[in-house]
Amino acid sequence: MELTTVWFLLIAVLWTGYFVLEGFDFGVGILLPVLGRDEAERGTLVRSIGPVWDGNEVWLLVAGGATFAAFPEWYATLFSGFYLPLFLILLALIVRGVALEYRSKSDSTRGWDRAFFWGSLGPAFLWGVAFANIVRGVPLDADHEYTGGLLTLLNPYALLGGLATLALFTLHGAVFTALKTTGELRDRARTAARWTGLAALVLGGTFLLITQLMTGTAGTWASVAVAAAGIAGALVATLRGSDGWAFAANAAAIVAVTVTLFGGLWPDVMPALDPANSLTVQNAASTPYTLGVMTWVAAIFTPVVLAYQAWTYWVFRRRLTVTR
Amino acid sequence: MDVLDLSRWQFGITTVYHFLFVPLTIGLSVLVAGFQTAWHRTGNAAYLRMTKFWGRLFLINFAMGVVTGIVQEFQFGMNWSAYSRFVGDVFGAPLAMEGLMAFFLESTFLGLWIFGWDKLPKRVHLATIWLAAIGTNLSAYFILAANSWMQHPVGYRLNPVTGRAELTDIWAVLTNSTTLAAFPHVIFGAFVSAGAFVIGVSAWQLARGREKDLFRKSARTALAVTLVASAGVMLSGHWQAQIMTEQQPMKMAAAEALWEDETSAGFSIFAVGDVENGRNHINVQIPYGLSLLSTNTLDGKVEGINDIQARYEAMYGPGDYRPVVGLAYWSFRLMIGFGALAGLLALAGLWLTRRGRMPANPWVYRAAVFGIGLPFLANTLGWIFTEMGRQPWTVFGIMRTASAVSPGSDVVEVAITLVGFTLVYAVLAVIEVRLLLKFIRKGPEPEDAAGEDVPALPALSY
Repeated sequence: MELTTVWFLLIAVLWTGYFVLEGFDFGVGILLPVLGRDEAERGTLVRSIGPVWDGNEVWLLVAGGATFAAFPEWYATLFSGFYLPLFLILLALIVRGVALEYRSKSDSTRGWDRAFFWGSLGPAFLWGVAFANIVRGVPLDADHEYTGGLLTLLNPYALLGGLATLALFTLHGAVFTALKTTGELRDRARTAARWTGLAALVLGGTFLLITQLMTGTAGTWASVAVAAAGIAGALVATLRGSDGWAFAANAAAIVAVTVTLFGGLWPDVMPALDPANSLTVQNAASTPYTLGVMTWVAAIFTPVVLAYQAWTYWVFRRRLTVTR
Repeated sequence: MDVLDLSRWQFGITTVYHFLFVPLTIGLSVLVAGFQTAWHRTGNAAYLRMTKFWGRLFLINFAMGVVTGIVQEFQFGMNWSAYSRFVGDVFGAPLAMEGLMAFFLESTFLGLWIFGWDKLPKRVHLATIWLAAIGTNLSAYFILAANSWMQHPVGYRLNPVTGRAELTDIWAVLTNSTTLAAFPHVIFGAFVSAGAFVIGVSAWQLARGREKDLFRKSARTALAVTLVASAGVMLSGHWQAQIMTEQQPMKMAAAEALWEDETSAGFSIFAVGDVENGRNHINVQIPYGLSLLSTNTLDGKVEGINDIQARYEAMYGPGDYRPVVGLAYWSFRLMIGFGALAGLLALAGLWLTRRGRMPANPWVYRAAVFGIGLPFLANTLGWIFTEMGRQPWTVFGIMRTASAVSPGSDVVEVAITLVGFTLVYAVLAVIEVRLLLKFIRKGPEPEDAAGEDVPALPALSY
């Protein structure tokens, strides 16, 4: 396999990891006002992601760093082009991270809970908008500089993409909470999973179908089907009270959505409206030497990271009970 | 102001701000790990309480370092896309390594440390804080390798077709002499910062007569760490200066307000310069000092600003190759001054507290509290010197700052993000300092403080 292909896949894996992992802690933040009726419940919800959210967020940083190293042109075009949406995402992640760490240390948690909610909702929506635009194609000039404005990015398809990821991550948070809590909190999370599951099925399904018709290949039909089956499976499992299966099914759905997006992208990394200006895995890539070095680094350290992150989830595998 | 100025202010503000938290994270992570190790070895509960007290302050600070670090990962692409395209092949590699090898390590194991007190065996729990500390220090190495490449590009070639820098030798980038000197300088500086913080906070408590045993232990440890680290800062700084004289003579000349090439050059203590005419009105010097420091000989030749300017014009074409001389001169001097003062305070502190003594004079404690600020000023001035002294270059000798900025940037958009980040950072600074003060005032928890959360039913039961 060519190294550019390896790195395209690896970056897809990093984004997949990011969406699967931070997806549920975005969802917990979005559902916080609905599920957490009092301070003890809200505290339990935050504690359910407390040990892992920071490690989950590093998937994003590594995706950014890996894109910089492997496809500098992609990194440069994407983040200078999607300037204001990225700024909003960064602000959201800043206040959200501080809220998660400071809430339990502060006298009043109300402000922090608000920051956690908006800081989760914003990125959950905006990442969908961003990826929909990447897949759809944006105006780039011959130097691969983005020539559109903010409004270019706020097209109906991209907004639908935002709603789709928002619904999907909210569902992910609901099934995660059902898996990690007991009693009333768990019951409420399962009710929320039903509603958000329906929303995810409708919004995600429509978005994926349009994406498939626009950029899809024969192969991505399979991932669209897996995504739909995953969401439906999460719903069924929730109804039957199998929290573990519901979470696994929705995680599979998020993987399949990311596969559909990246599958539709290949072999471009950032298609331009004028195809001559598109960034591809070839013209955006670093030299074979850099890719080779980075492949060794990734081959050695990615399994190690996966192992210790998996161990963390094992250590904190128990359900949390609300203590008043 | 144009896009370039705004982008530079943004990088300066966000990076200087980020680096207020980073040194404390680097140094405190190791100190906390050390306290916990002492508890593990001796079983003395005072060390456990120290671990928890300093650990909590460490975490309050760590959170700020993490969230402000996210901006760092992306703003090269946002505001400096031309730079990113030009250097990504080389510069991206250490950045990606930092994420994969260091960020995952520190964030994952810190999560385990915070929430794992009652879930992990004692020894494993101790290992988690050490792994987090290692991750933090490792992260410094990779980002300094990236920065050092901007100061002294090595292990690359310029591709004549694409006009981009391409990596040819990753080992050369990771063992760049500039990195090897900068890393100990930054790490020792971080230990001075963490040391000064622990000394100052302990002094505040001791002055109020609280927890004398615990804070005396903390202060004595931190005083020793700070003194040793100060010596390390000086030695590594000296090494760095010699490397800088050779690799970036203009920066050294500006730091010294040395206008002409000189043999037996003196070390300037105080100067009033005339940049326009390239000379000093007043210059108080230590004779032979600069030659001795830069070349290890009394009559070594040190290059001056005007002569380097002429040589660079011949090499790189017409242009002004001088950084802002006054800024380079004063930031360099004040960095050394504040840093040295922190070291002297630590020395005095060790002497005053020798063999169980406790100073009675309240000014000793006040000086320790004010001393917290010294290393942070020195760190900040050091980075301002390093980065501003390299101007007009972004990558020394091959890329100018003016051509590094995102060409498609809109002045209004950059202004929005500059104001946005600055305001949010300012608010967070107030919150962070208040929270630190709250927990400093509260003091260490009593010995039998409860753990963080209580395990219940296993999740994987259906």
